[in-house]
Amino acid sequence: MADIAITSVQPDRAAIASQWQLIWWAFKRHRLAMISLFVTIAMYIVALVPGFFAINDPTAQNARATFYPPQGIHFIDTTNGFSLGLFYYPLKLTRDPQTLAAIYKEDTTKKVPLALFGRGYEYSVLGLFTSDIHLIATTDKTKPLFLFGADRLGRDVYSRVVQGAQISLSIGLVGVFISLLLGIVLGGISGYYGGKLDFVMQRVIDFVLSLPTIPIWLALAAALPQNWPATLQYMMITIILSFTGWAQLARVVRGRFLSLRTEEFVSAARLDGVSEGRIIFRHMLPSFSSHIIASVTLAVPAMILAETSLSFLGLGLQPPTISWGVLLREAQNIRSIATAPWLFMPGVAVVIAVMALNLLGDGLRDAADPYNK
Amino acid sequence: MLRFIAKRLFWMIPSLFAVSFLAFVLIQLPPGDYVTTYIATLAASNEVIDQNTAAQLRERFGLDQPMIIQYIKWMWGIITRGDFGMSFEWQQPVSGLIWERMALTLALAIASLIATWAIALPIGVFSAVRKYSIGDYAFTVFSFLGLSIPSFLLALVLMYVAAVEFGQDVGGLFSHEYEAAPWSIAKMIDLMKHIWLPVIILAVSSTASLIRVMRANMLDELPKPYVTTARAKGLSEFRLLVKYPMRIALNPFISTIAWLLPNLISGSVVVAIVLNLPTAAPLLLQSLMAQDMYLAGAFVLLICALTLIGSLISDVLLALVDPRIRLE
Amino acid sequence: MSDVLSIAPRKPLLEVRNLVTEFPLRKGVFTAVKDLSFSIEAGKTLCVVGESGSGKSVTARSILQIVDAPGRIASGSILLNQADGSSIDLARLNPRGKQIRDIRGRDIAMIFQEPMSSLSPVHTVGDQIMEALRLHMNMSKAAAREEAVNLLRQVEIPNPNQAVDRYAFQYSGGMRQRAMIAMALACKPKLLIADEPTTALDVTTQAEILDLIARLQKSTGMAVLFITHDMGVVAQIADNVLVMHHGVAKEYGTVEQIFHSPQDPYTKMLIGSVLKLEQKAEIRLKRPPLDTTAKPILEVRNLVQHFGPVKALNDVSISLLPGETLGIVGESGSGKTTMGRAIMRLYDPTGGEMLYRKADGNVIDLAKIKGEELKAARRELRMVFQDPFGSLNPRMTVAQVIGEPLLVNGIARGKELDERVCHLMEQVGLDPAGRERYPHAFSGGQRQRIGIARAITLKPRIIVADEATSALDVSVRFQVLDLLMRLQDELKLAYIFISHDIGVIRYMCDRVGVMYRGQLVEVGEAEKVCTAPDHPYTQALLSAIPRPDPRDRDRSRRFRYTETTPIKNGSSAR
Repeated sequence: MADIAITSVQPDRAAIASQWQLIWWAFKRHRLAMISLFVTIAMYIVALVPGFFAINDPTAQNARATFYPPQGIHFIDTTNGFSLGLFYYPLKLTRDPQTLAAIYKEDTTKKVPLALFGRGYEYSVLGLFTSDIHLIATTDKTKPLFLFGADRLGRDVYSRVVQGAQISLSIGLVGVFISLLLGIVLGGISGYYGGKLDFVMQRVIDFVLSLPTIPIWLALAAALPQNWPATLQYMMITIILSFTGWAQLARVVRGRFLSLRTEEFVSAARLDGVSEGRIIFRHMLPSFSSHIIASVTLAVPAMILAETSLSFLGLGLQPPTISWGVLLREAQNIRSIATAPWLFMPGVAVVIAVMALNLLGDGLRDAADPYNK
Repeated sequence: MLRFIAKRLFWMIPSLFAVSFLAFVLIQLPPGDYVTTYIATLAASNEVIDQNTAAQLRERFGLDQPMIIQYIKWMWGIITRGDFGMSFEWQQPVSGLIWERMALTLALAIASLIATWAIALPIGVFSAVRKYSIGDYAFTVFSFLGLSIPSFLLALVLMYVAAVEFGQDVGGLFSHEYEAAPWSIAKMIDLMKHIWLPVIILAVSSTASLIRVMRANMLDELPKPYVTTARAKGLSEFRLLVKYPMRIALNPFISTIAWLLPNLISGSVVVAIVLNLPTAAPLLLQSLMAQDMYLAGAFVLLICALTLIGSLISDVLLALVDPRIRLE
Repeated sequence: MSDVLSIAPRKPLLEVRNLVTEFPLRKGVFTAVKDLSFSIEAGKTLCVVGESGSGKSVTARSILQIVDAPGRIASGSILLNQADGSSIDLARLNPRGKQIRDIRGRDIAMIFQEPMSSLSPVHTVGDQIMEALRLHMNMSKAAAREEAVNLLRQVEIPNPNQAVDRYAFQYSGGMRQRAMIAMALACKPKLLIADEPTTALDVTTQAEILDLIARLQKSTGMAVLFITHDMGVVAQIADNVLVMHHGVAKEYGTVEQIFHSPQDPYTKMLIGSVLKLEQKAEIRLKRPPLDTTAKPILEVRNLVQHFGPVKALNDVSISLLPGETLGIVGESGSGKTTMGRAIMRLYDPTGGEMLYRKADGNVIDLAKIKGEELKAARRELRMVFQDPFGSLNPRMTVAQVIGEPLLVNGIARGKELDERVCHLMEQVGLDPAGRERYPHAFSGGQRQRIGIARAITLKPRIIVADEATSALDVSVRFQVLDLLMRLQDELKLAYIFISHDIGVIRYMCDRVGVMYRGQLVEVGEAEKVCTAPDHPYTQALLSAIPRPDPRDRDRSRRFRYTETTPIKNGSSAR
C-alpha cells in the first residue's frame, strides 16, 4: 500500500473501550457517586427481601412496649472479663418518683445473645416462598429487640422501616418506569417526526410541566376509594405519580432525538441503507440511553418523595400497607414525636434513599457523555 | 416585543381552559358525589335520608345533570360573574372562602421565591467560580441534603425543635388574637413574624435545586470566548464576572420561575397542612375529602392558573432581559 | 564631527524570551509552549504559523496572561518596552493584578477567531466598545459613545450611529469581526494580537479584514502579532514569521527567508504542501484524458431546493461524466452543500430532475425515486462528509462503521465481513489491526480515511465529497486528496467534490462549477476557471485568495463582487 496511516497499533485500553466502559471509568472518578451507588444497591437488596433484614414482625403489636426507646447492639462484653459477641441488654422500666415519667435503663445483668441467620417470624420472599431465617434474630422471644424503638402500638420501628423500603423504593421504580414508557413513546414520536405533531406535543408537555403536581395528585388520590385492596392502591398511586412525571422525561427524550436527528452519523447511516428501525435502535438509542438512565435515576427520588408526601397526608397508601410515608403519619402529631423522636426514623430512611439516588443520578449525568468533554 | 406578549397571552387561553376542564374532571372523578358523602355523614349519626330527599338535594345542587352541562354552567358563572359556585359543606359561595386564602398562598409562594433567589444566586455563582473548592463542596452537600429532605419532614423537625427546645408553638401564620381580626398594620407585622418559618422550609428544597442550576449555568458560561475578550480588555475579574457570564447565566435562571413556582406552590400545600397555615391547602384537602366539588375545583383551578401566569411572567421577563428573544 | 547621527539600535516593542507555558493535568503536566523566544518591533507584523496543536494560540494568550485555566506561565520573560525606555516583564505580573489589567486593552489588545462567540450576546456592540474607553481613558459616557461611533466608522461599518446600539447577532460575520477590531483599537494599543481572526470568514471577507488591519496598522503605527494556520495569509501580511510545531519554534525569520529559503524540514514541508495546491496534482497530469463524448453518468436539470422561504438552490443544472471529478466551489451560504445533500436525497428536492445512468444504461430520476429503488441507488452513490468527528458514530468500532453498509445490505457477514473490512482498511491506508478500536482513538486524517472506506464499501460509481478535507491540517490534507484520486483510478469512480478552497479544487478537479447564492454562475474546465474565469463573481473570488508568495502582494487586483445586474433568471436568493 502507498501509505499506512497507522504504522503500528498499540494495545490501548481507551482505544477499544466501549461507551459503557468509558462511562464507568468516568463514573468511578466521582467518589460521592460511587458511595451512593453502593448505598443504593444495598437499599434495593433490603427492599427485595425486607423480611430477612427485619428482626420483629413489623405488624405485630405489643401493648407492653408502647413508645419503647431504641436499643443498641453490643459486641464487647466486659461484665465478666473480656469477650466478643453479639448481644443486647433488655431495658428496665423505672419511673421518676416525682413526675412518674418512664425511664428506661439497660439491664446489664440480663444479656440476650443474638443469632446470625437465626430463626424468627415467618415472612414471604416476593410471594414465592416463605422463610423464617433472619440476618439477626433474638434468642429470647420474650424480650424483643427494638433497634429504632417502638411506636404507640408497640410495633418495632426498625422492622417497619425495613419493610417500608419495599413499597417506597419500588413505587419510585415502577412509577418512573411507567413515566418512561409514556415519555419515550410521546417524546420519541415528537422528536423523531417533528413538524406539527411536535408543536402540539410541545404545548402539551409545557402545559403538564407548568401544573403544580401536589394539588393534582391530591385530587386524583382523593378519588381512590379507601377500601381498595393494597395492590390496587399501589398501582393507582404509581399511575397518578406518572400522570405528571412523564412530561419531564418526554422533554429529555425529545431533545435528544432532535439533536441526534441532525447528527451527521445518523445521515451517514441512512445513506448506508440502514433501515429506520435500525437507525433508531442501533444508532440513536445507544447515544442517548446513558442520558435517559441518568434522567431516570434523578426521577426516582422525586417519585419517592411524592409517594411519601401523599401517604403522609393520608391520600396515598393506607395502613396496614407499610411505606415510609404511611409510617411518617405516626410522626404527624407533635406530642407523639416529642415523647418518641425515633418516629422520625422513616424520615431518615427517606432522606438517605433520596440523597443516594440524587447523587448517583448526578454522577451518572456527568459521566453520561464520554465523547463530549 | 408587544407581539411576543400578545402571542404568549393568546396561548394562555387554551391552557386556562384545559386547566379548568382538568380541575373539573378531577373533582368529578371520585365515585359518588357530595350527596353520597352527606348521606354517609348523616348515617354515622343514625339519621337516614330516603331516596326522594337525596334526589331533591341532587337537583338543588345541579348534580343530576350531565358532567359537561355542569362544567359549562360552572365556567359561565366564573367568566360572567366571577361566581365559583356554592360550597356544599359551608353553605356559602366559594368565592367568599377562597380569596383570602389564595392571597396568603400567593404571598407565601412569592416570599419563598424571593428568598430562594436571594440565596441561590450568589451561592451558585460562588460554587461555579470556585469550582471544587471547600466552599463548593460544602454548598454541594448542603444542596443535595436540601433536595433530599421532604418539606413536610423539615417542617415537622423544625416544629419538634421549636416545641422541645424552645417550648414554642410555631404553627399558623397569625397569632391567636389576629386570626379573625380584619387586616391592619399590626396584623401584617404579625404575619411577618410567622411567615419566615414556612418560607425557610419551602426555600430550602428549591434553593438546593436552584444552586445546582445556577452553578451549571455559570460553568457553561465561564469558558466562553466572550469572557476571554472581556479579560483581554483589562476588566477586573469581579467586574467582568458580574457584567458578562453572570448576566448571561441569569437568562436560563429566570426561566426557572416557570417550574419553580409550581414546585413552591406544590410544596406549600404539604407544608401548609403540617403547619396548619390558613392558606388554600388545608381547605383544599378538606374539601377533597368531603367531595365539596366546587370549592375543591375552584382551588385546583386557581392554583393551576397561578402557575400558568408564573410561566407567562417568566417568559416575558426572559424576553425583556434577552435581546436574542426580544429581537428575533 | 560626523553629521551622521549614531542611532542606538531601537529596542523592539515586545521581547519574549524562553517562554514556557504549562497545563497541569490529572496525570502529569502538558507543556504547550516550550522555550519560545521572539520579538516584535513597533509597526511590524509578526506571523505565528502552525497547525492545530502547535501552541500558537497559547503563545498569544500567554502574552496577556489570559491562558485558559489551568494553564500558567512556568518560566521565561515577556518584556514590554515602554516609550519612556522602561520595560515591564509581563510574565512576572499577577494575572489578576492591576498592573497587567492596565496593559490589557490599553497597550496590548486582542481579537479572536470566532467574532460571534467573542462578543457578548446580551450587550450592544457599542456598550462593549465603550467599556474599554471608559476603563482605560476615563471617558464620560457621552464621549465614549461618540468615540465608539467614530471607531465603528473607522472600521467601515455602515450607519455607525445606529450600529452602535445593535447586538452582535444582528451583524453579519464580517461586520462582527470589524466590530471586534474597533473594540481592540479603542485605546490605540501599541500591539494588536490577532488570533486566527479570519479563519471563520469567507475568503472575500477575509481579504477585506486583512486590508483593514493593514490600513489601520499603517495609520496608527501599531505592531501586529498575527496567529494563523494559513500560509497564504502569512505570505501576504507578515514582516517576520515564526513557525511553530508541537509547542516548539521550528524556524524564525523574515517572510522572504521563510518562503524562499526555508531551512527547517517542517517549514519546507508546510510550504511544500501549500505550493502543491497551487497546481494540478501529479496523479491527475499522468492520467489519460477523459472521454468527454461519453454519456453523462449524472445529469442535474433545473434543480430547485427551498427550505421554507429560503431558496437554497435555484434552478441548478450540471452534468457529471463517468470517471470525472467535478468540483463545486462557493462561499458559505452559496448552496454547494445543499446541492450535495440534495443529490444524495438527504433532502427532497422542491423541483427539477437528477438523472442517473445506471451501469446497464437505464436512466432513473433520483429526485423522484423512493423506498427500495432509492436504497439501491444509494449503494451506487456514496458520500464522504465534512466533519470527520461527527460523521462517525462514536459508539461503534471502526469495523462496525465500515462494515455496516455490507451488513445491512445483506452482502457479507461473519468472517467474510471481517475480511472485507480488513481489505477496505488497507485500501485507504489504515492498519486493519486497529479495526476493533473506536473512532475517538483516531486522528482527524485517519477518521476521514475511515469515512472514505465506508464510502467505497459498496463499490459505488459516484462519490459526493462535501468539504472532505476542510477540517484537516494542510500537511494531512493533500495526503487524503491523493488517496481519493488513487481510489478514483482504481475503482473507476466519478466524484462531485464540494469545497470552498480553490486550491483544493484546482489540485484535483477536471471541471468546476462556481456557486453563488443558490445558483451556478459558471461551469468550465478547472484550469480555466481557476486561472481565467469569465464570470465577475469568480474573478472576485480568485482575486481575494491570498497568494502564498510574499513577492506577490498586489492588492490592487482585489475587488468585491457586487450584484449589479441580476444574474440569469432574475430572482437570486436574497
